[in-house]
Amino acid sequence: MRIVVLTKPVPDPAVGTERLGPDGRIVRSGATAVINGNDEYALEAALKLAEAHGGDVTLLAMAPESAPETLRKGLAMGAHRAVHVTDPALAGSCALSTTRVLAAALRTQAYDLILAGVDTSDGTGGVVAAGVATLLGLPYLSYAARIEPDPTAGRVRVRRLSPVGYDELEAPMPALIGCTQVLGEPRYPSLKGIMAARSKEIAALSLADLDLDEPVGGDVATSRLLASEPPAARGQTQVIREPAADAARAIVGFLESRRIV
Amino acid sequence: MAGPAAARVARTTVGDQPGATLWPVTVRPPSGLRLTEEQRLLRDAVRTLADEVVAPRAADIDRTGEFPMDVKDLLAGQDILGLPFPERHGGLGGDLLTVCLAVEQLSRACATTGLILAVQELGALPLLIAGTEEQQARWFPDLAAGRTLIAFALTEPEAGSDAAAVRTRAVRDGDAYVIDGTKRFISQGSVADLVTVFAVTDAEADRHHRLSCFVVPADSPGFRVVRVEHKMGIRGSPTAELAFDGVRVSADHRVGAEGEGFSIAMRTLDRSRPGIAAQAVGIAQGALETASAYARERRQFGRPIGEFQMIQAMLADMDAATESARQLLYTACLEIDAGAPDASRWSALCKLVAGDAAMRVTTDAVQVLGGYGYVDEYPVERMMRDAKITQLYEGTQQIQRLVVARALLAND
Repeated sequence: MRIVVLTKPVPDPAVGTERLGPDGRIVRSGATAVINGNDEYALEAALKLAEAHGGDVTLLAMAPESAPETLRKGLAMGAHRAVHVTDPALAGSCALSTTRVLAAALRTQAYDLILAGVDTSDGTGGVVAAGVATLLGLPYLSYAARIEPDPTAGRVRVRRLSPVGYDELEAPMPALIGCTQVLGEPRYPSLKGIMAARSKEIAALSLADLDLDEPVGGDVATSRLLASEPPAARGQTQVIREPAADAARAIVGFLESRRIV
Repeated sequence: MAGPAAARVARTTVGDQPGATLWPVTVRPPSGLRLTEEQRLLRDAVRTLADEVVAPRAADIDRTGEFPMDVKDLLAGQDILGLPFPERHGGLGGDLLTVCLAVEQLSRACATTGLILAVQELGALPLLIAGTEEQQARWFPDLAAGRTLIAFALTEPEAGSDAAAVRTRAVRDGDAYVIDGTKRFISQGSVADLVTVFAVTDAEADRHHRLSCFVVPADSPGFRVVRVEHKMGIRGSPTAELAFDGVRVSADHRVGAEGEGFSIAMRTLDRSRPGIAAQAVGIAQGALETASAYARERRQFGRPIGEFQMIQAMLADMDAATESARQLLYTACLEIDAGAPDASRWSALCKLVAGDAAMRVTTDAVQVLGGYGYVDEYPVERMMRDAKITQLYEGTQQIQRLVVARALLAND
């Protein structure tokens, strides 16, 4: 089985140094980049599928020039190769441009499944995966909590999380699957994996390598940031000073009143 | 110092005594003190694992005093235990510095965990130094994969600092040896699958040619774990007393030549002491980080205690001690790997400096945290207890000084 994982380098949320430039775009230079957290879950799922059914895993990223550094971690986790679409004209791309570019890049690849994370921690739009499936005319199986491909029959079953439980979906392959964290914790790269990753292929593609019939890039962005404001550092605080048993009751009452428990 | 710039070793005439030479002391500092990309990648990977997986286990490992088999499996699964072993036998072929970087990062979170790797290397070093290709191929793949563990058994109840005073005997019997005796303070002795044992094969020979080295499988009849010590620190690492009652091993379990045991043991310690120095540097770094974080957050007299100069001075001195020990350790690793003639001196120096730094830094970390440092709510009291062992094992600090002084004063 050939699996492509959509992988986005994002500013490391743990470092917390990401900021917006005057043009409303994330300043990526100088910020430590990591693989988007949800994409790591998708990659873990892809690696497990490749281990169970054979085949290989390709990372696909549309990202600035420095991305190979970040993609190397995905390769260290066990992905076999990476495809890196990068072009100065892509800076400031909107979700629509990103969708078009990823779809065009996928047309150059052979695959049975495409896996994507629910959303990214920098943009948090959560629409690119569905858009890519639409442009490629692929079935889109979202919020996957379990993925069971049947390579012989050329079909895949997905258990989709829903607000009331699960939906069982089935589709022919190739298909695009939106992955959730329920699929399982991403692995740590082993030391051998880290060493092996240094010699794995990261193929670079520019816009000239892609067959695009729609305009893409920062110049034709369909959305732009108007304003941004950090949330209040801390909400109103209520300190309960009752003895433990009473305090527990008070906390449960508080949570119940907000329908949290 | 005299001599051409390119010389690694200089003999310097002392005062007006032409006969007295300083020998053999490395003169030129090694050129490559910046870590290679590979070393940085491996170090960072181990650090992530230590922070995210090992650190949350550390207090529990200390409290229960049980060998953390889950952490051993983690190190095995991530290939960390394969670092000291050659690639052709399933290892990663890491150089001494890389192994020490890993021990340092693990020990920063949990000294017991750092020791799992350090002891795996220690036990295997006699085989790395003097084992045949066949012996390495027989035992290394399982050791590198962490499927088996190995311990190093030199110390005896009456042979500690005086290692040549070993009484355990190995008597040749046809194509086998029969081993009788007792070993004490053997790290991981009760969980190891293999034990490298040093025993007397020629009681008449001079003290440096009495011993031979053997690999003893722990399932050999007559091998017994007598007891496991109750210790002040590194409580998750079982330190065992081992009894050998007529343990029979075939001659192909002997490592090196008959009578070569003491030399193998000393060459082993030359390469293993940096591992203990790395453990010490890691413990010190962990304590320094905890104390710094605490000084930023703890408020007294209306401000963070880190704003008081007495605290600032302590933290700065702790950092200076830790970083000095680290740089000496890294240099020692490069010198030892480069085959420096004074490898024993480098190895003793780095353990001496790092062990003392760890003890001082962890003691000061407890001081910075005050009463909170003395209770197990914070990790520094554990780190202080763990630090003490680095001044004791693989040669006490006094023995390290002896080794250094011998290198300085020896005449050829």
